[in-house]
Amino acid sequence: MPTVSVKRDLLFQALGRTYTDEEFDELCFEFGLELDEITSEKEIISKEQGNVKAQGASDVVLYKIDVPANRYDLLCLEGLVRGLQVFKERIKAPVYKRVMPNGEIQKLIVTEETGKVRPYAVAAVLRNIKFTKDRYDSFIELQEKLHQNICRKRALVAIGTHDLDTLSGPFTYTAKRPSDIKFKPLNKTKEHTACELMNIYKTDNHLKHYLHIIESKPLYPVIYDSNGVVLSMPPIINGDHSKITVNTKNVFIECTGTDFTKAKIVLDIIVTMFSEYCENQFTVEAVEVAFPNRKSSTFPELAYRREMVRADLINKRVGIRETPQNLAKLLTRMYLKSEVIGDGNQIEIEIPPTRADIIHACDIVEDAAIAYGYNNIQMALPKTYTIANQFPLNKLTELLRVDVAAAGFTEALTFALCSQEDIADKLGLDISATKAVHISNPKTAEFQVARTTLLPGLLKTIAANRKMPLPLKLFEISDIVVKDSSKDVGAKNYRHLCAVYYNKNPGFEIIHGLLDRVMQLLNVPPGEDKGGYVIKASEGPAFFPGRCAEVFARGLSVGKLGVLHPDVITRFELTMPCSSLEINIEPFL
Amino acid sequence: MADGPVAEQLLRRLEAADGGLDSAELAAQLGVEHQAVVGAVKSLQALGEVIEAELRSTKRWELTAEGEEMAREGSHEARVFQSVPAEGLAQSELMRLPSGKVGFSKAMSNKWIRVDKSAAEGPRVFRTVEGIDDEVQRRLQLVQGGQAEKLAEKERSELRKRKLLTEVTLKTYWVSKGKAFSTSISKQEAELSPDMISSGSWQNRSFKPYNFAARGVPPDSGHLHPLLKVRSQFRQIFLEMGFTEMPTDNFIESSFWNFDALFQPQQHPARDQHDTFFLRDPAEALQLPMDYVQRVKRTHSQGGYGSQGYKYSWKLDEAKKNLLRTHTTSASARALYRLAQKKPFTPAKYFSIDRVFRNETLDATHLAEFHQIEGVVADHGLNLGHLMGVLREFFTKLGITQLRFKPAYNPYTEPSMEVFSYHQGLKKWVEVGNSGLFRPEMLLPMGLPENVSVIAWGLSLERPTMIKYGINNIRELVGHKVNLQMVYDSPLCRLDVDTPRHTQEAA
Repeated sequence: MPTVSVKRDLLFQALGRTYTDEEFDELCFEFGLELDEITSEKEIISKEQGNVKAQGASDVVLYKIDVPANRYDLLCLEGLVRGLQVFKERIKAPVYKRVMPNGEIQKLIVTEETGKVRPYAVAAVLRNIKFTKDRYDSFIELQEKLHQNICRKRALVAIGTHDLDTLSGPFTYTAKRPSDIKFKPLNKTKEHTACELMNIYKTDNHLKHYLHIIESKPLYPVIYDSNGVVLSMPPIINGDHSKITVNTKNVFIECTGTDFTKAKIVLDIIVTMFSEYCENQFTVEAVEVAFPNRKSSTFPELAYRREMVRADLINKRVGIRETPQNLAKLLTRMYLKSEVIGDGNQIEIEIPPTRADIIHACDIVEDAAIAYGYNNIQMALPKTYTIANQFPLNKLTELLRVDVAAAGFTEALTFALCSQEDIADKLGLDISATKAVHISNPKTAEFQVARTTLLPGLLKTIAANRKMPLPLKLFEISDIVVKDSSKDVGAKNYRHLCAVYYNKNPGFEIIHGLLDRVMQLLNVPPGEDKGGYVIKASEGPAFFPGRCAEVFARGLSVGKLGVLHPDVITRFELTMPCSSLEINIEPFL
Repeated sequence: MADGPVAEQLLRRLEAADGGLDSAELAAQLGVEHQAVVGAVKSLQALGEVIEAELRSTKRWELTAEGEEMAREGSHEARVFQSVPAEGLAQSELMRLPSGKVGFSKAMSNKWIRVDKSAAEGPRVFRTVEGIDDEVQRRLQLVQGGQAEKLAEKERSELRKRKLLTEVTLKTYWVSKGKAFSTSISKQEAELSPDMISSGSWQNRSFKPYNFAARGVPPDSGHLHPLLKVRSQFRQIFLEMGFTEMPTDNFIESSFWNFDALFQPQQHPARDQHDTFFLRDPAEALQLPMDYVQRVKRTHSQGGYGSQGYKYSWKLDEAKKNLLRTHTTSASARALYRLAQKKPFTPAKYFSIDRVFRNETLDATHLAEFHQIEGVVADHGLNLGHLMGVLREFFTKLGITQLRFKPAYNPYTEPSMEVFSYHQGLKKWVEVGNSGLFRPEMLLPMGLPENVSVIAWGLSLERPTMIKYGINNIRELVGHKVNLQMVYDSPLCRLDVDTPRHTQEAA
């Protein structure tokens, strides 16, 4: 969930009234926002870098507000204020207009070469805009928020904003060999080739995260003006030449990307948010984009879509009984201008370009419910009549664990993920013999594989509890995972029961006694006939020679028990003899 | 039968005594060690009110080993004097005597002897007086007889300086008759025995009282894990509410069931390497229900079922990627898909509680794996009011009655609501769960009828457990670093009863 940080006093000024922290928190809650933190720049720096560094930093009160991940229109002060003012019916939602310039329309030509690296581009112009320091900061911050969220860290879309008065159209969006791209990037003093820049930015804490997007491509995307001035090399960096300042009057905005839909949404959001400060409020100057297929379109789209929803559907889905007129009013408060039409039960809703999150009637239903107030909805119990059933494997597990505890063993709860070493090396096995599933992106060795046996977890539990009085008697009934090509995903869980006895003596008879008890509980008689169980001498690398037996029940091998090999005990940082039992309980279902 | 001869004698003397007697004096009179009398006092005390004993401490002078010797044999100086015959003794010979060195100088300063250094065969010692009075021996004998007080302070300190006397503190008992005094008391029995029962002799015996302030012996028992005790209670709650348990025994899931089936777009941040554990082996799912996959693909990339869709190029390869499930909602998706294949539609209530996995940054409250609790109801015409009603009943069973609902965003539910409850301890509203109506873009491609809605909610098992048991670090609860003492000591899990947190304080 993105967090937007706004200056409290600036926010209240824009809202036209002040709130106590509690009142504002309440308003946020109702609207689906969360007032996450009340802080200041000084407090943030002091928390992260200490009091000394914080000296002289601003102590203007900041509100950090959590915004739902699909509400790109609330990612800046301007959007938040507009949303809340409309919600509180203090203003009407503005209508955003795309206008043609008096002179010639700006053009952006997209060449074929971009197809293999970053094929889409859209653009727009904010004409005669008036920035202040706060507005300018918000403009930059919104781009950063969009980059981090809908733009997926610039992978899907990257935004470039330029001082149009320093440039001369038409513009060309193309892709070139990195060695053929040379320009002075933002905030650098001299020109560099793209190859050099990629090296320089490897140590840049901010930009290094975006290099991978184009690094391995033969051609890098780049935008030029008609004089060959580089506007930007998306998605990495803008040129220094066209950089905007607080004094910039006319802003050229380009969005390039691999997702056309998202590029259009991002452009719409930026221009709808900041056209507020244009001489002609809420108007945006169009830019013509010519695609390699010889088709051209004008942007921003700023499309208003009309949806029709029946009032009774909203009432039915929310569980309320409001008149269509009231529902239309509720939706209008959510920035969705609505009116009742047709037979008096139809509501026509206008979806503005700021509400790209509205893609289905269910999204409209939610907004009606929010405006109505979730906590005003009458609760009711569904009349759904059902008979409950337990999942048989879990039912058996629940019964068994209670009786194993009653037999004097204590239940452990260990991790399903572990290191290769835990399930292989430490047990004297080769990893290839385990049939374990392997994780491709573990951050540490603790998450290399899913466990194929419960034993390592129990031995690690003992190792962490060596100060406890002996004997330690532990058990766990839980799932292990092995590769299995008969399953749709190629892997299968098995429910295992594992128990260990750790004391000054190995206590094989104790673990054997537990097996006998478990078989008694499962109603499996001793002996090889009539579906009974036996244990037969066996061996395994984890066990002390001559002290290992295999468990056969109903003719199937279900597991092993025995005294652990001293090497295994030592590898798990234990010092006492230990015996263990591990069986698959699924055959007893 | 009396409790040993000393106790018997003590009782007899006490009967005759006027008021009481001192344990040390009694020991002296009986000629036994004082400790024997103390033992008798203690055993009589244990019988109840036969005697009363008051502890007193007294100081007393005692002879040292050397003092004892001198009381018996005479002081060193006296012994030196006695060993000098009338004709005198060579000094060198005298010095060889056991008391020689010390006795010589003392006898000299007492002027009992003199040295003739001009004698022909070296210095020679002669008596200077006819007879002596061995005052030191006399005084030591007085102390030995318990009459140290007859000596002057100065005399005692002189003897002490010579390390012949020491002052000791003696703890003695002043013993007097108790309320139930008797000279003929019988020994109390420790425990009832089978013999006593069969012979009936218990009727004539008295029994030692129990110390009820002591702790009992802990039973030799096994213990259930606290988190899993809470899991059992949640299962119980769902079963009480008529919910059927979904199979969740597949930690490995395909991206398709984990994300795509839930209408979670392929560029969604949750599908990032940073958030999800993907598999290297087996890297891809082997089978997917291809008819259904096509409907899912169309809904994502083009829309349909009344939806605009996400309008991006949906890739099968991305859907095939195997991962460790990030939520049990993947199991709910499978269950709802199975439900959709059954015609005609039958309403269903499902639940599950099982492990999920996240490749997240770990801290005191976050692990890479945790348990998710999920409830699902599918029926015709369900709405938000129903969701809230079910949540109210569910949380009431957990002992949580103050609820409020906040609009929220989830990729696969719309409308969505976060559930908050008022925490009495923290004095604020805390999030306790997430919920919503599954999106039509998720349900309709499965084949569920259009007027069927599915309400669902989820919460973690660990969070309410940590709050319930007052645990701050999740590693103390889950995983091998668990504190077994905490497991041993954890109380019953009674979610609807407010239990005071004794466990933590004890630990």
